[in-house]
Amino acid sequence: MFLTSQFKTSLRKNLQLSKLLPQLLLIILFCYIVYFFTKNTQINLAARNLNFGFDFLNTNSGFDVQFSLIQYDGSSSYFRSYLVGLLNTLLVSFFGIIFATILGFIVGISRLSPNWIVNKLSLIYVELFRNLPLLLQIFFWYFVVIRSLPSTEKSMVILDFLIINLQGFYIPKFIFSNFIYIFYGLFLALLATFAVKYYATKVFYESGKIIPVFKIFLLLIIIFPIIFSLIGDVSLLIEYPKLVKNFGIFNYVGGVKLVPEFLALLFSLSLYTSAFIAENVRAGILAISKGQKEASKSLGFNNPQTLKLIVIPQALRVIIPPTTNQYLNLTKNSSLAAAIGYPDLAGVFAGTALSQTGKAIEIIFMVMMTYLTISLIISGILNWYNKKIAIVER
Amino acid sequence: MKKIKINSFAVLAFVVTFIFTTFNANANQTRENVIKRGSLNCGVSQGVPGFSNADASGKWAGIDVDLCRAVAAAVLGDANKVKYSPLSAKDRFEVLKAGDIDVLARNTTWTLSRDGGLAVDFVGTNFYDGQGFMIRKAANINSAKKLNNVKVCVETGTTTELNLRDYFKQQKLKYEPVAFTKADEAVAAYDAGRCDVYTTDKSGLAANRTKLKNPADHLILPETISKEPLGPVVRGNDENWANIVRWSLNVMIEAEEYGITQANIDSLKSTEDPAIKRLLGLEGETGKNLSLANTWSYNIIKQVGNYAESYNANVGPKTPVGLARGQNASWRNGGLLYSPPVR
Repeated sequence: MFLTSQFKTSLRKNLQLSKLLPQLLLIILFCYIVYFFTKNTQINLAARNLNFGFDFLNTNSGFDVQFSLIQYDGSSSYFRSYLVGLLNTLLVSFFGIIFATILGFIVGISRLSPNWIVNKLSLIYVELFRNLPLLLQIFFWYFVVIRSLPSTEKSMVILDFLIINLQGFYIPKFIFSNFIYIFYGLFLALLATFAVKYYATKVFYESGKIIPVFKIFLLLIIIFPIIFSLIGDVSLLIEYPKLVKNFGIFNYVGGVKLVPEFLALLFSLSLYTSAFIAENVRAGILAISKGQKEASKSLGFNNPQTLKLIVIPQALRVIIPPTTNQYLNLTKNSSLAAAIGYPDLAGVFAGTALSQTGKAIEIIFMVMMTYLTISLIISGILNWYNKKIAIVER
Repeated sequence: MKKIKINSFAVLAFVVTFIFTTFNANANQTRENVIKRGSLNCGVSQGVPGFSNADASGKWAGIDVDLCRAVAAAVLGDANKVKYSPLSAKDRFEVLKAGDIDVLARNTTWTLSRDGGLAVDFVGTNFYDGQGFMIRKAANINSAKKLNNVKVCVETGTTTELNLRDYFKQQKLKYEPVAFTKADEAVAAYDAGRCDVYTTDKSGLAANRTKLKNPADHLILPETISKEPLGPVVRGNDENWANIVRWSLNVMIEAEEYGITQANIDSLKSTEDPAIKRLLGLEGETGKNLSLANTWSYNIIKQVGNYAESYNANVGPKTPVGLARGQNASWRNGGLLYSPPVR
């Protein structure tokens, strides 16, 4: 085929244009879509005599919430009801993540156990909890398990320590006086541990001797607070929940109360997520080739050392990225709380506050941004940790 | 080259279509939309016996349902052309504002902040109610003033929730609210013993008591802690539609006043009373003012009945809900129901 140079140039120009044009149109389209939705919202708000704004956050909410980590009642502002919801979401997510991680590691390791019963039981655990819809599991814990507990006057009392009934779980409250001294003790124990660790590293490089830093740390963290509480005259008062009768209504007063909605949500979120984490843990351990362990043995490491220095650091690289997803899922799934009346962010703020104020756009926007921020923080922390333990290429 | 040109053209066409898409303001057209659609979309409760409740075959009944039927009879000439949307208290106003329903008849309390702040219009009161408490007889409490350290089951997103707090604050008593999104869940939680007390409007207490395992074990305390005028709600940007719903309710109230019932309406056609003639559409131009046919009020009474008929069939003393007329009697009998003249 014969091509003139002129034709070649025009072809090249056309090709550049043809690459540029769709990009340009895409940008215009994107800007237009943003404009369209903003404008459309404005027009519709104006047509309905609604004004957009966050002033309502300062007004009194007028409703009470059954369970709150901060001082809150109906005379507090809507912004405070937002904080109540946010803290309740963080509370259940925090404990959910801890329990799910612990359970997940136990079950994941059990899945690899040579013991047939342990192995099969953990298999059943994983398949059961990850394959039933989460909402159904929440309903199961709340409507089946907790609703079948005895009434307040017939509460189950376990060792005078735990009181269980339909209206909640009660444990004694520990009230320390001069609590700050225990805190000083803990702080000093940490400082001392750093010193010991520094010294241990030095000794290790100089003489090859190993100083058991962790055991020393355990000792310090127990002894220092005890010494300090003796010095600072720390006293402990245990407040037990007391059964109070008002006419025919029984009630536990005092102590720490865990509401059933919180417990049901915590159980179901932890169990559901732990099943997925267990599979991540199993995958992580299986991903390490047998040769690594054999090499470690032949270098003279014993079993715990092999696990601690060779297997776990490498397995974590495989475990952490998918587990980050599970942590994010758990946090977002906690919004199913609304189904059983646990006052979380979605329930209190995107639910009650929204219907009391009618500020749908503002509130949903705030709630979406909040979940986004929480998720980004969680994945930020885990990405940082993942980077820290990643292979350092040399 | 040709292929790429076509692609760019397609994108351009897409953008142009977007530019010429009109913004949706959706005002003042509810009546036209209902007629075009051939049915009325009515927002009701998720099941309050006597107010709006579906039976086993899915047929809705109740005084709120009768209001929907009256509006359908007025606008479409057929009271059965209604589609019911069961809504939670939490969602009801958003669904109305979004235009998914035309009327909200869901035992909704008329308050200033809702009327003024939510861009909706309350067009009347079809039931005068007040909030009360239900408690187990075993609790040995006969007055709301003795409630202290109690757990109270309540439906969230309601005025009930706000009154509850006001009441305990005023009385300087302690309580703990346990809030649920659905009335059914709150009732079930109370029945299971999660709460000591259940609170809602007194009519709702009577209606929900019928759903409990042993209704006879429960007691409604005598105190009424709030005013709860319940009535239909429409979007705030459609005056014509607000008038249609308002006067559909008024026709039912006025029909009772003049003794016009579903049964005797046809025999009254020969009457000389001008007020009755107006209600039958035989005199005056009531329909024209609402942009409806003049038979609109006749259709309501003929197909749905007057207020007393609706009340007695759904919540009256002979029904399981069993509420006396009380303040919901006509003003002629010492009640609060008073319709401005239909003329």
